[in-house]
Amino acid sequence: MTETTAGAHEAHGAPTGWRRWLYSTNHKDIGSMYLIFAVVFGIVAGLMSVIMRMELQTPGVDIMWGDTPEHTFNVLVTGHGLIMVFFMVMPAFIGGFGNWMVPLMIGAPDMAFPRLNNFSFWILIPSALLLVGSTVIGDGAGTGWTVYAPLSTIGHSGPSVDMAILALHLAGASSIMASINFITTIFNMRAPGMTLHKMPLFVWSQLVTVFLLLLSLPVLAGAITMLLTDRNFGTAFFDAAQGGDPVLYQHLFWFFGHPEVYVLVLPSFGIISQVVATFSRKPIFGYLGMAYAMVAIGAVGFIVWAHHMYTAGMGVDTEAYFVAATLVIAVPTGIKIFSWIATMWGGSLTFETPMLWAMGMIFLFTLGGVTGVVLANSGLTTAFHDTYYVVGHFHYVMSMGAMFGIFAGFYYWVGKMTGRQYPEKLGKIHFWLTMVGVNLAFFPMHFSGLAGMPRRIADYPDAYAGWNLVSSLGAYISFSAALFFLYVVYVTFKSGEKVEASYWGEGATTLEWSVPSPAPHHTHEAPPTVR
Amino acid sequence: MFGRNAGVGITTLFTALIAGAGAALAQEAGLGAPFEWQMGFQDPASPFMQDVVKFHNSMLLLITVITLFVLGPMLYIVFRFNAKSNPVPSKNTHNTMLEVLWTVIPIIILVAMAIPSFKLLYKGDVVPTAAAVADLYEIDVAGEITLKATGLQWAWEYEYVDNGLFLFSSCLYGPDYWCFGGEAPEGARRLLETDNPVVVPVNTLIKVQVTAAAVIHAWAVPAFGVKIDAVPGRLSETWFVAQRIGTYYGQCSELCGMYHSYMPIQVNVVSQEDYDTWMAGQLAAMQPDRLKAPTTLFAQKGAFAQQGISPRRDPANALDIPNN
Repeated sequence: MTETTAGAHEAHGAPTGWRRWLYSTNHKDIGSMYLIFAVVFGIVAGLMSVIMRMELQTPGVDIMWGDTPEHTFNVLVTGHGLIMVFFMVMPAFIGGFGNWMVPLMIGAPDMAFPRLNNFSFWILIPSALLLVGSTVIGDGAGTGWTVYAPLSTIGHSGPSVDMAILALHLAGASSIMASINFITTIFNMRAPGMTLHKMPLFVWSQLVTVFLLLLSLPVLAGAITMLLTDRNFGTAFFDAAQGGDPVLYQHLFWFFGHPEVYVLVLPSFGIISQVVATFSRKPIFGYLGMAYAMVAIGAVGFIVWAHHMYTAGMGVDTEAYFVAATLVIAVPTGIKIFSWIATMWGGSLTFETPMLWAMGMIFLFTLGGVTGVVLANSGLTTAFHDTYYVVGHFHYVMSMGAMFGIFAGFYYWVGKMTGRQYPEKLGKIHFWLTMVGVNLAFFPMHFSGLAGMPRRIADYPDAYAGWNLVSSLGAYISFSAALFFLYVVYVTFKSGEKVEASYWGEGATTLEWSVPSPAPHHTHEAPPTVR
Repeated sequence: MFGRNAGVGITTLFTALIAGAGAALAQEAGLGAPFEWQMGFQDPASPFMQDVVKFHNSMLLLITVITLFVLGPMLYIVFRFNAKSNPVPSKNTHNTMLEVLWTVIPIIILVAMAIPSFKLLYKGDVVPTAAAVADLYEIDVAGEITLKATGLQWAWEYEYVDNGLFLFSSCLYGPDYWCFGGEAPEGARRLLETDNPVVVPVNTLIKVQVTAAAVIHAWAVPAFGVKIDAVPGRLSETWFVAQRIGTYYGQCSELCGMYHSYMPIQVNVVSQEDYDTWMAGQLAAMQPDRLKAPTTLFAQKGAFAQQGISPRRDPANALDIPNN
């Protein structure tokens, strides 16, 4: 069977030129395209945040342009959020590293549905065009990434919100199809001997992530379709004057929205597990606990959504339930943090760049996680809801928890993907620059929030100026670090040292290290046997 | 390599300590506004907010301990288990006792946290009558006033339900195309002061009922620990008792469109006598036809209506702002 497969491919040869990319059914090539896509849109969304921070650096509205500069600000807020979530983090983790490493790690020659894989990627291009287009066609969507009705229905006329909704439809479809692909691949195409309990934790993280997407994205699709029909076809789902309820939208959105934030961070957990084990030269401590902690986080993540809605007026008993359920998630998350520390304990550690990112992630995600525990308490919601405390919290878990995982994955696997290693000194500079920048940018936001500064405001009372200045400086340092990263990528591709199959030493024990670097176009054409 | 964890850790610890101290630092009496480089809550002016500050202080202590509990071992690991110091890694991947402990102890901590958390949540949700509040918080509550706040794009309209007084309250100092006060004088609180602040008597139960006209807003005053969404089609209710005479500010706390930053809330807490005087004067001055709900934002903002200009200086660039 495998002989025939290998022979059949040699008969027509690998496609070349633009067809190799447009028609690709190769998980590595598609993974590479996703990663490039993520880098491009990460820069775009990062630029948006730099412009926002330039505005917020001092009181007054000085940088924003157009007839309605405050609306421009809201459009940037919305674009920054949607692009980072749907066009940076998810493509990087799931489309990029997921596609590249899941088949390699389970001993599969490719994904279960290679053509579906292609479609999942290329549908993101019209999706991105629609979203970017929404900022220049019409007035732009100034709703925040949450797109609450009635602001997004009655409050926005013109095509922008419709275009943003359609962009989300396409991105959602892309992810649902990818989820089907990953679930089928992981359940059915593991090499003989690789039971679920022998899978690398990165594969576990992908499995849980795509289940979350499969079950939550249809609800988002429903919610935004209801926005679309309210806006264009005379329905009144969210229009109180006609018997609808704006809060219904919030329930539907956050039923997707909360699992979504675990989608954004679970793959990071998976990468961190791989990196920590490799650079500690020890297997992960408590493998089963780690795997099922992720399952628990994913499952419980479906029943906590309304902690985003504590001030909406749901009723105190409902709020009390969501407090309890939200606090529960702290337990499996804590298990993971402690297990990573226990993995490092007694290990023989070296601190190359991937390990720096991983250790940075563990500490900074903990910081973001504990402010999340604070926010879980509905009794404090009148103090914290819609303030910069929340913005500080989620940027700690996103810009540090998720993004540090992306960089850890890059530095860990770039040699495997390209055959060339990054220059270690440059990698370390990138790490430290980012470390300083993101902490300067986001830690002071907790102070602003405690002092009462609301979110999503283009201008603020003068008393908030001090910490906002510090935040802005941090943002500029972070963005400089991102540009420096582009330079690191350039140097890696141009003159990076060539590496062998397993270049991280005996700590790297998963199957991707058994194939050459760069990984050939086709790998595991005969499935390996796993003991 | 040595500095990484240490540097971040020390900074965090230091700032956490300052934040904790900052929450307890006394502020100018009666001030309900943020101050420069503030690191903690505004001075609580209501009994509920005092409880919030207390609970948050204990939470802050807890999360500082947890953070150190993660940072400490990581620092130790850097120094004790680097490849030079520990060339042979252990093969240890299990320790059932440890795993049980780090599951059970967090559960205990969370349960311990949940008890005061639920207490605070339910206490804040007390059915607002003066007697119930006085009883629960062991304070003197002189009476009750019902205040209805309606969020508009982009200002607040208040109704003193017991008296039939309507107030239209909008931003005083801010961008000159939206706020009325022009150039902010020295010491003025830009984006916080309003032209028609809410006035309430001290030590009185204020029942705040909020709704909105078109889009969702949120009514908030940090010093009172009040924040509630103003949702069209709903009448939501919250309450506060202001325990200090003074001026307290808040801002709209739900994105409501382009001038979301420009619809502050100002509450002047005065003595009962001053309140009675103020109310009498307001009722006398109120135009009878003001009782009808205004149809457009411009009609409400009388000055603009008289001048016939749009929010941006040049009438040629007037935007079509939707009717409320």
